[in-house]
Formats: sequence, structure tokens, C-alpha cells
Amino acid sequence: MICPGCGTANHPDAAYCNLCQKSFFPTGVSRFAGEATGGSPGPAAPVLRPVPMLSFYEAASRNVRMSRLLFLALFATFLAVGGGIGSAYGNVGYGVALALILYAILASTAYFTGSSLVLSIHGAREADPAIHRKLRNVVEEMSIASGIPMPRVYVMESRGMNAFAAGRRPEEALVAVTTGLLERVNREELQGVIAHEMAHIKSRDTLYNICAAVLVGSIALLADMFLRGAPFRGRGRSGGGGRGNAAFLVLGFFLAILAPIAAKILQMSISRQREYHADAVGAQFTRNPLGLAAALRKISQTGAEVPGENRGTQHLFIVNPLRHFGDDASALLSTHPSTALRIQRLNAMAGIAPAAVGS
Amino acid sequence: MSWIPAILAIVLVGWFVLTYNALVRLRNLFRNAWHQIDVQLRRRYDLIPNLVEVVKDYMSYEQETLTRVIEARGAAISAKGAAEQGKAENALTESLKSLFAVVERYPELKANQNVASLQEELTATENKISFARQFYNDSVMTYNNKIQSLPSNLIASVFDFSPAEYFEVGEESRAVPKADLR
Repeated sequence: MICPGCGTANHPDAAYCNLCQKSFFPTGVSRFAGEATGGSPGPAAPVLRPVPMLSFYEAASRNVRMSRLLFLALFATFLAVGGGIGSAYGNVGYGVALALILYAILASTAYFTGSSLVLSIHGAREADPAIHRKLRNVVEEMSIASGIPMPRVYVMESRGMNAFAAGRRPEEALVAVTTGLLERVNREELQGVIAHEMAHIKSRDTLYNICAAVLVGSIALLADMFLRGAPFRGRGRSGGGGRGNAAFLVLGFFLAILAPIAAKILQMSISRQREYHADAVGAQFTRNPLGLAAALRKISQTGAEVPGENRGTQHLFIVNPLRHFGDDASALLSTHPSTALRIQRLNAMAGIAPAAVGS
Repeated sequence: MSWIPAILAIVLVGWFVLTYNALVRLRNLFRNAWHQIDVQLRRRYDLIPNLVEVVKDYMSYEQETLTRVIEARGAAISAKGAAEQGKAENALTESLKSLFAVVERYPELKANQNVASLQEELTATENKISFARQFYNDSVMTYNNKIQSLPSNLIASVFDFSPAEYFEVGEESRAVPKADLR
């Protein structure tokens, strides 16, 4: 592809110019379905910075490190909130213990709520081997490539192109794809999509998500308990607490309001790291990062709507069904990285994008 | 401080048990992966007679292509030794590719539902064979990394965990341009 800006010849699949970094997505027309074509300004296209050229092995292990770090930060926030409440009541240990007990209760509830709920919300039916033979074959190919047992295969009736995986353990996992996706992708692209889902299953991202979501939920609950409980505690003592106590209360309020927001931001950046990770591991399964890149491009042009889409399950899908594709990539509260950025990283794995400036 | 040696001993024994078990698990994983390749090869042998049965009535002038497929299948089944088997499997893959190229020339064959579904099954099986080989090589890499890196290589060398060999494609099949079966 010849860059319209500077005239440099680029690889046909390149997302932006090798030399001047100009994006090749046309700016006048709609880059993605979902944004109104024509005059409406819409959100600005994300600026694509060069990404490091990483093989899928390196990319995957880097994402693992990142998400572990983020998870640790989330857990530290959680313990700090517990300890903070404890110290407000005079004993840090009790606060932490309360937080951990709360976490255990919430986590076990979440853990034992099965994936059948997700299936029924989105109207997924088990794939008929006679009709969806190709789909089942591709899933089996990817289960061989990934070395995990063949998951159950489901189909959702929808014009939009999307897919998700669920199940806490590989042995009880399932993948579901929309009919819109099946109609529009070729075998290579379908492999890319299924490989991404199998990567989620193999790295147990459902479990990851449950743990992160429960941590965020407990932090919000603890902060709420503190906000409601603190005034009464202040009144309970006979006046003498004085200035230091008041200052501490203000600080406590401040933290109790900020902690849940910080936790949510951490949770979402974990979610985005897991998406990048699944892209990289999926590329390891297919040895063809461009298959998924092509599928993502098609999805972004067609739309990703699914039946029964809602905020509770949006993070499960290969492309967030609720999000506008033009939304800023670094949006702190989005579940997925922008599709353009994911395509860029996949291209980098295939050696297409320009080399990184630093890493 | 008599408990320090005791704790050290417990840690050491724990490390030994965990590492040894991990080595055994990885070795079994790549061995099993090897047999998965055979499963898929066997499946391809089983599919070919069906395909031949369906297409032979249409392809009266292309008996040669069909005979080549049947012969290649027979050669692959009776091949002895890894090198010979690899060669025979590659020849079988090539003969199937030329058969499908011929099918493309017969509109009534392409439209035939049985041929279409057999073609899909064979494409999938070809893919499964190569993904099974890829998974075998991936498992060998993980296993070899484990037995060669510190500290697990200490246990590996004492208990004779020897490096596994990668599955290699012969030079002749590297030279063949990849035909698209999709």
C-alpha cells in the first residue's frame, strides 16, 4: 500500500505508514460501522503509536507479567481498604480479616454460578454437527493446537459478528459464536477467532475475571460500609477525639470514595491485558496472527452486536458488543483495547508493523 | 536453632517432589502428543476410501489421479520407520492436493454434497495433522526447556530425562509450494 501522505510503499496489510506513521484507515468515510457516515464528527481516531516487534511468545509472557502486576496492585488496594477500616475502628488486623471473609463469601458465590446463565442470556444454542460442521472442525483443530479438551460449541443467532468463551476450567469450557460471524469469515479468520477464545480458556481468564470482579465488588462494599459506619463511630465517643480524629475521618472518606474507582480502573486494565494476551496466545496456536487481524477488521466494519448484550457480560466477548469502535484506546474504563490497536499488535507479531522506537 | 535444618530439609524435599512430578508430566505430555498425530493420520486413511468411492463415477478420465491417491495411502499405511513414514505421508498429502485440483474442474462434482463434506473433513484432518505436529513440537520445547534449565536440570540428569527430538519436515516437502485446500 502506498502511503497517501508521503508516498512510501508499505506492506499491503499495514495499518499505518512505515515512515510517517499516518494511519491508512480513511478518515473522511466512517472507519468502522456504528459511527455515522458523513458529516458527524464522531470520536477522534486513536493515535497509533509504534509497538515493539514481539513474537507471540514474548508478547504473551509480557502480558502475563503486566496482568500479574495489576492484579497485585488490585489486591493491595483491597487489603489497604480492609486495613484502613480496621484502623479507623482501632485494629488493622480485624479490618483485614473482615475483608478476607467478605472476599471468600463473594468469591465462592461467583465461582459456583455456572456458565449456563451466560448462554441463556445470549440465546446460545448448541451447534448442530450437521449444519456447523466447519465450525466444529475448526474448534477441534484449535483444541488440538492448544492441547486442551474439546470445549462445547454454541451458536448465537445474530447479524453482528462476535464470539465468547466461558467456563472456569478447560474441562468444562464452552465457546459460542454468532451466525453473523460464521457467514462472513473464511476458515483462516475463523481459526483466528476460535484460537483467541481457546487462549482465554487455556489461561483461565474466566477465573481471572471472577477474582478481579469480586475484588472490585468487595472494595466497593467495604468502602460503602465505612462511609455509612464512620459517622456513628464518631458520635459514639464522648467528644474528646479532637482534631487528629477529624482529619483522619476526612482522609478516610476521601479514600473510601477513591478506592472503588481506582479498583475499577485496575480491573479494566487487567481485562485489556487479558485480551492482548489471548490475541498473542491465539497467534501461537494458529501460527498466523493475520487471520485474527483480518477477522477483527471485518468485525469492526460489520458491527459486533449480540442478542441480549448488557454491561454484565460485555467483557466476555472477542470484541465488546457495546462499545463504539472509535472510542479512545486508552479509555480507562473500557474492557477491551481498541480494535485498531489489537490489529496493530497482531501485525507486529507477523513482522508487518514498523519497528519500535524503544520498547 | 535446631529447626532450621528441618525446615531446609522440608523445602528441599518439596522442591524435589514438585520438580520431579513436573518433569514426568511434561514427558507424558509430549509422548501423548506424538500419539495424537497418529490418531489424525489414521483418520485420514479412513476418510480416503469414502472419497474415492464418491468421486470415481464422475472421474472416468482421471483414473490415474485416483490410483495415485490409493497407492499413496497404501504406501503410507505400510511405511516402516519415522523417516520413511514422513515421506509417505507427504506423498499422500500431495496426491490429495492434485485430486482436489481435479475436482475443481468438474462442476457436478463440486456441487455434490457428499464431495463437499468429504472435502471439508479432509481439509480439517490435514489441519489437525499439522496442528498435532505443532503441539508435539511445542510440548517438546517446554520439556526440553525444563530439563535443560537450572535448577530442574539437576533432577533431570540424575533421573535420566533425556532431551526429546522435534518433528522435522523433510527438505523435499519444504520445497513444495503450499496449495490452498481451504
